[in-house]
Amino acid sequence: MAENVKPRVRVPGNATAGEEITIKTLISHTMESGQRKDGDGNAIPRSIINRFTCAFNGEIVIDVTLEPAISTNPYFEFQAIVPETGTFEFTWYDDDGDVYTDSKDITVG
Amino acid sequence: MKSLLKTGVAAVAIFAASAVHADEEANLVINEEIEITVRTDAPAHTENLSTIYSGWVFRSDETQALQMDDFENPGMIFVDDAIEAWNAVEGTEGNSCASCHGDPESMAGVRAVYPKWNDAAEEVRTMAMQVNGCRTEQMGAEEWKYDGGDMLNMEALLASVSRGLPIDVAIDGPAQSMWEAGRDLYYTRTGQLDLSCANCHEDNYGNNIRADHLSQGQINGFPTYRLKNAKLNGVQSRFRGCIRDTRAETYAVGSEEFIALELYVASRGNGLSVEGPSVRN
Repeated sequence: MAENVKPRVRVPGNATAGEEITIKTLISHTMESGQRKDGDGNAIPRSIINRFTCAFNGEIVIDVTLEPAISTNPYFEFQAIVPETGTFEFTWYDDDGDVYTDSKDITVG
Repeated sequence: MKSLLKTGVAAVAIFAASAVHADEEANLVINEEIEITVRTDAPAHTENLSTIYSGWVFRSDETQALQMDDFENPGMIFVDDAIEAWNAVEGTEGNSCASCHGDPESMAGVRAVYPKWNDAAEEVRTMAMQVNGCRTEQMGAEEWKYDGGDMLNMEALLASVSRGLPIDVAIDGPAQSMWEAGRDLYYTRTGQLDLSCANCHEDNYGNNIRADHLSQGQINGFPTYRLKNAKLNGVQSRFRGCIRDTRAETYAVGSEEFIALELYVASRGNGLSVEGPSVRN
């Protein structure tokens, strides 16, 4: 597992039905591009988050492919419309096969 | 490479010229909770300024906004790393920072009074020196590199728990001679460009030096996350960058000269709030 990887998510706790809410996510990750060389001239192998998804009650809200040019600690901010009370599931997929997840509940009332 | 660099510089200059200018009247409230003093009356010993301003005031609206919310502040990632280091037992004594100090929040107010005279060591110590003092004496651990990643993370954590508290660095008593040495350095012109700190940060703050909007060079926001290098920057490394830009041979990070300068410059900000980790360009 890559070191010091920690997902962070901010979702409002409450919303009204049909309201457009703003979601912010950030994951600490080195996002090593594979293009760099170490002090001895050897290529540092690529190690990035290559996919990020957000789903609400199982339905995909956003599905992102990440490329090596994306810098360290990738941050996403996006909108979602919440029709009902439920749970946002966030998933980050690492090159090394690791999967990091986080989830947030939201109450519609 | 050289021509590439030149093109880069030209592109940056054009961009900056068209960039939005700072909102110098804005106020800073972090997380809608911590009120930060970004402008206040200058302390009596800062004879040539009437009002002191945090460097935050001079940054663009977008950069200012990054510091208003911990989620958006990239410096807070490093604070999280430091919390792990805070609780990690290291060295021969079986201690972590938490063994003596408890929660990081118990350190509230510490950042505000450093650099500070240490009676036992009979020297002025920066916060980094004090952290290393703890590491070697209380923990039996290796020193951290001055302005290295581990040290800056820890300094960011210590600053973050003091945010909103006024800087209150003592300049009298045993620290006075060091403070005077720092003041002399501040007003000494160096390098081929023959510039002192005061030429830019006292005589010309608010003006542009080419594409850079000059601040007063206050250090209440350190350690600072700089967008240009996407990492935390220590205050003495920043001094080094400034002096290098006057085309002078610089002092070393951690040297007596820079400790004196840090003490003096910190005292010029007495009354501003601790802001670190701040976000700057």
